[in-house]
Amino acid sequence: MPAQVITLTSGKGGVGKTTATANLAVALAAEKSKVVCIDGDIGLRNLDVILGLENRIVYDLVDVIEGRCRLKQAMIRDKKLPDLYLIPAAQTRDKNAISASDMMRVVKDLRSDFDFVLIDSPAGIERGFRNAIAAADRVLVVTNPEVSAVRDADRVIGILESEEKGPAALILNRLNPALVKSKDMLSPEDVLDLLAVELIGIVPEDENVIIASNRGAPVAYDAKSRAGQAFRNIAKRLKGETVPFLDLEAQGSLWERIQRLTGRK
Amino acid sequence: MGFFDRFFGKKASADSAKERLQLVLIHDRTDLTPAELDSLRDDLIATISRHVAIDAKAMQIGVEHDGRSQRLVADIPLKAARRKSRKSK
Repeated sequence: MPAQVITLTSGKGGVGKTTATANLAVALAAEKSKVVCIDGDIGLRNLDVILGLENRIVYDLVDVIEGRCRLKQAMIRDKKLPDLYLIPAAQTRDKNAISASDMMRVVKDLRSDFDFVLIDSPAGIERGFRNAIAAADRVLVVTNPEVSAVRDADRVIGILESEEKGPAALILNRLNPALVKSKDMLSPEDVLDLLAVELIGIVPEDENVIIASNRGAPVAYDAKSRAGQAFRNIAKRLKGETVPFLDLEAQGSLWERIQRLTGRK
Repeated sequence: MGFFDRFFGKKASADSAKERLQLVLIHDRTDLTPAELDSLRDDLIATISRHVAIDAKAMQIGVEHDGRSQRLVADIPLKAARRKSRKSK
């Protein structure tokens, strides 16, 4: 059972890498895949709080690499999903505590026991990012429809190309359909035109994401949330299923919905 | 984008974003600043002029993109060739 190793990265910080990692992990594990996610952001760990596992941490990734514990001891099992594990980042160390070959060794040991290994990369294009992509079979670039995020995504995609990490796939996060409609936000077509990469998912802006992170239960658990649905769809695509993209127009204003119902639009 | 903005012909902000990004990405990808492009242009004019007469004022040079690959495109109008005065001796 050789795992697919997927790294999520973005260049710019704050676009939703950790949220996307947590949600894909939950969505994949809820569909009976065995999943382990690794927090690659040494010194600024957050995947643990987004997954609601912060109270269970005993050992972390740096402990494994420096031989203070066995790999299994640093793997925290999720509260709800028995097939989901987290290897947390160290909080009191920095990105220089590990190297790309350390990361590759850890991932190699995980490959045989899991279907998916998800690595949450730190922001930036420095060592932490290099470590996070070193072992990846596939890289997902997360961006927002904003100039700075798109620019940084382009830079990262360029680096991935020159490192021959295969074609990156894009997650366009926090899209606001109403703003796209009023031409005050780059549309998915605009972003794809600029970046010229494959799209694997569009996640609409959704306040449920914040509520979910407050609770430590990713929005992918929320059957009604549209962002949750978008993440569940991406998880299916990672498994090779063909899932149509969400119709983001479908959630227009009340008036638009009435117009649609009455066939006027 | 409000009605009045549109009424007064103000460009949609998403369009500005896209146009600005198109230019920024070309420079990010090629590591070529507008000043460097100008100096390249001057060098090209000097080199080509040694072989053939060109209309330097009408010359266009720029970077175009095709997917993720960049290409330097130069449009260099040649001046109407005046027969070299070999025959007319």
